[in-house]
Amino acid sequence: MKLFVPRDASALSLGADEVAARFVQALPETELVRNGSFGLYWLEPLVEVERDGERIAFGPVTPEDVRGLVECGLADDHPLCLGPTAAIDALAGQDRLTFARCGWIDPLSLDDYQAHGGFSGLKKALEMTPQAMVDEVRESGLRGRGGAAFPTGIKWQTVLDCQADQKYIVCNADEGDSGTFADRMIMEGDPYSLIEGMIIAGLATGATRGFIYLRSEYPHSRDVLNAAIGRAEEAGWLGTDVGGSGRAFHLEVFMGAGAYICGEETALLESLEGKRGMIRYKPPLPAIKGLFGQPTVVNNVISLATVPVIFERGAGYYADFGREKSRGTLTIQLAGNIARPGLYEFGFGLPLKELIEEIGGGTASGRPVKAVQCGGPLGPFLTAEQLDLPISYEDFAEGSAMVGHGGVVVFDDSADMARLARFSMEFGAVESCGKCTPCRVGTTRAYETIDRIIAGRDPEANRALLEDLCETMIHGSLCAHGGLIPYPVLSALEHFPEDFGLKGKTEANLPADQPNA
Amino acid sequence: MTAAAACAPHVPWSRSDALEIIARICDQPGALMPILTELVRRFGYIDPEIVPEIAESLNLSRAEVHGVISFYHDFRTTPPGRHILRVCRAESCQAVGGRALEEHARERLGVDWHQTTDDGRFTLEPVFCLGNCACSPALMVDETLYGRVTPERFDEITAATEVEP
Ligand SMILES: Cc1cc2nc3c(=O)[nH]c(=O)nc-3n(C[C@H](O)[C@H](O)[C@H](O)COP(=O)(O)O)c2cc1C
Ligand code: SF4
Ligand code: FES
Repeated sequence: MKLFVPRDASALSLGADEVAARFVQALPETELVRNGSFGLYWLEPLVEVERDGERIAFGPVTPEDVRGLVECGLADDHPLCLGPTAAIDALAGQDRLTFARCGWIDPLSLDDYQAHGGFSGLKKALEMTPQAMVDEVRESGLRGRGGAAFPTGIKWQTVLDCQADQKYIVCNADEGDSGTFADRMIMEGDPYSLIEGMIIAGLATGATRGFIYLRSEYPHSRDVLNAAIGRAEEAGWLGTDVGGSGRAFHLEVFMGAGAYICGEETALLESLEGKRGMIRYKPPLPAIKGLFGQPTVVNNVISLATVPVIFERGAGYYADFGREKSRGTLTIQLAGNIARPGLYEFGFGLPLKELIEEIGGGTASGRPVKAVQCGGPLGPFLTAEQLDLPISYEDFAEGSAMVGHGGVVVFDDSADMARLARFSMEFGAVESCGKCTPCRVGTTRAYETIDRIIAGRDPEANRALLEDLCETMIHGSLCAHGGLIPYPVLSALEHFPEDFGLKGKTEANLPADQPNA
Repeated sequence: MTAAAACAPHVPWSRSDALEIIARICDQPGALMPILTELVRRFGYIDPEIVPEIAESLNLSRAEVHGVISFYHDFRTTPPGRHILRVCRAESCQAVGGRALEEHARERLGVDWHQTTDDGRFTLEPVFCLGNCACSPALMVDETLYGRVTPERFDEITAATEVEP
């Protein structure tokens, strides 16, 4: 018999450590694995017992439940029993490629990792030329999952084509978007997949050093990553002789210090160089002049952690999921007011409505959905009537929605959209890097104006002023922080004027050509 | 459910320890951030008295070091309370009662954002997402994360965080 109790930060936030401690006390002889989470968070802490090679799940398990579970011998007829883990509907129905191992393995066990296909992508890559490796990524259709959705293969090609003594792979683990946690889950639940992806990126582009830029709000990820890097070095997967190939790749974790803007790749690079996280003018692209002026791949955690499965199963296998120019799977993070919040990995094309109402079970409160924000704090709010969209880059762009990093936050009818709009601009102001005026000054002016509208002071004139200000920010900001933060505000104004104390719909039409995040 | 009683995570400022940290890290590329991060992790803040030494060891001007310290939310220059409470203010938490939790936290502790309670126990900080959005509303006490935090649970957690100094 073997027990599994997750070490994922969200599971810990619900008492998983205390649950684990009580099991150890009651069953000191039993092997206990601290796995990652499957991302079925309404069932966390989700405890499993492995019997005759099959894993049976129980959840949500509180510390107080442990005694009863132990007394009945973790029997199938216990009220918390969910049956075999692999057969839980919400999990079995997913297309788990990037997250294929997360939850199943001991995150730090190299044996477990390899027993579940780990490093087979890297082994194949080691037999390929750098150009063939870059081609593989390009053919998979993988686009960056950090927000801007830029084709990963093209970015790698640019770095491969540069001549330089030193190139870098930088993993963007700043995961600042509210409503998102996929990066965190994979770092805590399957860190070697990220490490393997970064090694492949290094081999493909000729980069021998990598950094994971990790936000300081993720101390659990920090500890798992540092431990995993240590073990990978000891086992010879990292260092001067990757997997016995004679090629080098060194990797380290670099901690951020609480600045949302450092998720933008040029601000991130400034920060990695020890400076203020100010946006750089582009060009030059980071791929040509990045970290310390050298060619640099900057990729999101999920982009990089998806690379191993592309090599393991082949570009075509990955590309067969999805539609149009949205190939493969999206690791959707469903949060906010939702009955079944969690990580859902599906091929692109799943209707948003089905995700929220059927898979997610509707709101947690049982009240009607009022608004949905996709793509993080810079994404527009959608109304309940706009949810008939398939989740893909093309369909979302057409429906004035944003895919971003895959976050979906649901609000019920108690949400006050004026206060949410005010919050967007306040957040925009607090996290502005300050380099350009439309964003530095505009965000503050905008929330002050929203305050006046809410207070009923000259509401129509102030609405016009706010819409003007938003236009200026959209067109005049240097980066997508100031360029996109008006969208949640304009969408709230357009769809929910009554929350602002305004009458009728505004004229403001959301321009379809949004700047890239 | 109660929280494990955590001891205060920081030690009192020590100039010699700070110099030792600087000496240990200063040769790395981009060493400024790791030095500042380590100082905050050890002492809870960066005493401005050490800025000239940091500047000198990295060949930077004092103004540059100050500029970096002031840019990042984590780099405080005054001692925090014995525990730092970070309450998530972002959208997913707002969708399930985060605003009520914010108000409760401020009222209960009798402080506003960025302030420290009179007894020096807690400093209250806002945070924009803790990656715990599937278990909103979220709260972090030092490095311990909590989810589905109701006002009642907030009181239990704070009561259990430090029994007596
Ligand atoms: C304001 C702002 C914040 C961003 N935050 C993140 C972030 O937290 N994580 C991330 O991976 N990308 C973030 N991005 C996107 C990055 O600039 C960049 O496009 C990405 O790291 C590239 O990796 P990818 O191609 O794999 O997505 C942000 C962009 C902007 C404008
Ligand atoms: S838009 Fe905002 S965050 Fe971006 S460069 Fe301008 S001031 Fe900085
Ligand atoms: S929005 Fe609060 S934890 Fe993410």
